[in-house]
Amino acid sequence: MSGAAAPGGAAGAGERLRADAALLGFARALRAAGVDAGAERTQAFLRAVDALRPGVRSDVYWAGRLTLCGDRDDLDRYERVFAAYFDAAAPPRRPPRRSAPPPRLRPLVREAPAGSRPGEGDREPQGPPVASLASSAEVLRHRDVATLDAAERAQLDRLLAAFSLRGRSRRSARRRPARRGAVDPHRTVREMLRHGGEPALLRRHARVDRPRRVVLLVDVSGSMGPYADALLRFAHAAVRGRRTEVFTIGTRLTRVTRELSHRDPDLAMAAVAEAVPDWRGGTRLGELLRAFLDRFGQRGMARGAVVVLLSDGWERGDPALLAEQMRRLHRLAHRVVWANPLKARPGYAPLAAGMAAALPSVDAFVAGHSLAALERLAAVVRGADAGPAPVRTAGGKGAECA
Amino acid sequence: MRARLEETGYLVDDGLAVACFLALKLHRPVFCEGDAGVGKTALASALAEALGAPLIRLQCHEGIDASQALYEWDFPRQLLHLRAAEAAGVRDADRLERELYDRRFLLARPLLRALQTRPSVLLVDEIDRADDEFEAFLLEVLSEFQVTVPELGTLRAEEPPVVVLTSNRTREVHDALKRRCLYHWFGHPDFARELAIVRRRLPEVSARLAEQVTTLVQALRGKELLKPPGVAETLDWVRALDALGASEVDAELAVATLGAVLKYREDTDRARTLDFAAVLAGRAT
Repeated sequence: MSGAAAPGGAAGAGERLRADAALLGFARALRAAGVDAGAERTQAFLRAVDALRPGVRSDVYWAGRLTLCGDRDDLDRYERVFAAYFDAAAPPRRPPRRSAPPPRLRPLVREAPAGSRPGEGDREPQGPPVASLASSAEVLRHRDVATLDAAERAQLDRLLAAFSLRGRSRRSARRRPARRGAVDPHRTVREMLRHGGEPALLRRHARVDRPRRVVLLVDVSGSMGPYADALLRFAHAAVRGRRTEVFTIGTRLTRVTRELSHRDPDLAMAAVAEAVPDWRGGTRLGELLRAFLDRFGQRGMARGAVVVLLSDGWERGDPALLAEQMRRLHRLAHRVVWANPLKARPGYAPLAAGMAAALPSVDAFVAGHSLAALERLAAVVRGADAGPAPVRTAGGKGAECA
Repeated sequence: MRARLEETGYLVDDGLAVACFLALKLHRPVFCEGDAGVGKTALASALAEALGAPLIRLQCHEGIDASQALYEWDFPRQLLHLRAAEAAGVRDADRLERELYDRRFLLARPLLRALQTRPSVLLVDEIDRADDEFEAFLLEVLSEFQVTVPELGTLRAEEPPVVVLTSNRTREVHDALKRRCLYHWFGHPDFARELAIVRRRLPEVSARLAEQVTTLVQALRGKELLKPPGVAETLDWVRALDALGASEVDAELAVATLGAVLKYREDTDRARTLDFAAVLAGRAT
């Protein structure tokens, strides 16, 4: 790596090689712990240690921390691995593994009838081939996701994969050449230059419309169990739209945008299951919403964005906190959309304490129980009205129900 | 390195000192992340002062593009030149064209200016506000330290500038860019360091006031505020109290001047529940 075969002597070179090997082992251990320390970073690490004093612990520590980490979340892991790796007297035989691989929970398993669940990686529908796809897809569109069997689910998954989610557009500061609009002095003058200064055609430009960022907060707590998988697949399809961020909420807040960026839906779902520690736990909506706003939302992620909460509104914590945080979110976001799968049930009224507390700060309250409902949600995110009343009029900012 | 930075009044911890040292030695940009007001931008000015180099700042915003960051041709002047040449009766079209795309008609924007100035410190502020296309473009400039102008050829920096990038983490900056940088996370300083910073930056303020305010700010940070006060706010508060002619602060005065530190109504409400007198007494004993 760093010119190990120096002419200085075999002993020195050997020493050097051993030191490099130890450092490389450290980088490998970090990778095993989930830090994205690729080859380029590792190389930078070796060069940095070289530039400092290789034998000094704090120098190696900082060299590694500066070159191998790329995220605040990496720092914790770095701290742990560094202590484990360099505090052991001899280089450890095995690189420390991630504390305990989180159980790979598949949220659907319990819902599916025993034995009919297709295996991991083999997701071809095992049920009988569907006779007429179009009509069954139509029926499926309106079925409640919670009542589907495994074969129907597999088909639903395929339909979900074709989804797209675009935020409502807004005008950006950037201008693009256009047929009509303001005169573009640069291009006009350039055109004139090309013709030796003769006045030529006026070139024009106009502002570009860009979709707003969409932030999805998906509730993965126990009460949302039957829906969480379908909603996450919906989120996966949405992430391809690039300006979309996805978080799961339950007892902890987890950012899963990166996990969902796998192209294949099943790989992405496996990655999410790995990353989310609180699958099917309780819900602390208010607290986690605060965590989201503190760490991401207020810094700009929620500013001017369309924020979608996919949750049934069952709050274990204090509804007052949720109400307060929802107000905060409402002030930051362009629109707050709440999709509640329970809303479609006959006789549903938003009586759950959390739901009732949140509703005053919600711009659109929609269902989210079926494919059709999710299509409706996508339309609302794109800017369609959720109901007959106009969205967010000057005075009243209350929720309107679809 | 640390001593040179501290001469400028900017106190660094071990990590930052190592980061600056490596940035100079390995010619890598330093990527700074952290809460607002913890000294990310101040680092660049301190570095510039310590190295005796001019600070060139590029403030990123949504929709920023190459012509704002890199270079632009000065079209009006080119046009003027063309007219003048015409009036003088120059007929040699080739020469005229060569003259038109001369260095003197090139307007250097911050990135190009940083490459041409030697030595220099380049601050790319709030990179997370720019679009991702811009990041890709920045990648090219920062890894090769060169710029290609089609009409002129490649302009290379004789000596790469020291580059500081800052981000508030509103958006995840692309890994390809981060990989080429030294990553440093700015946390809030502990009591001793913060006090030292206050004393260094505001030497005219009484020692007691500085100590009391630092104590209060440290206590406020433990209160789960929407926007925990950064070092910048601490300095503001000390300045505000000093302007009021106070040489020490009591609970009443602290509450009256909270507006210098906390900028949200919710935060102010929450802070009022803090027993200022007890916090002050706690440190004094």
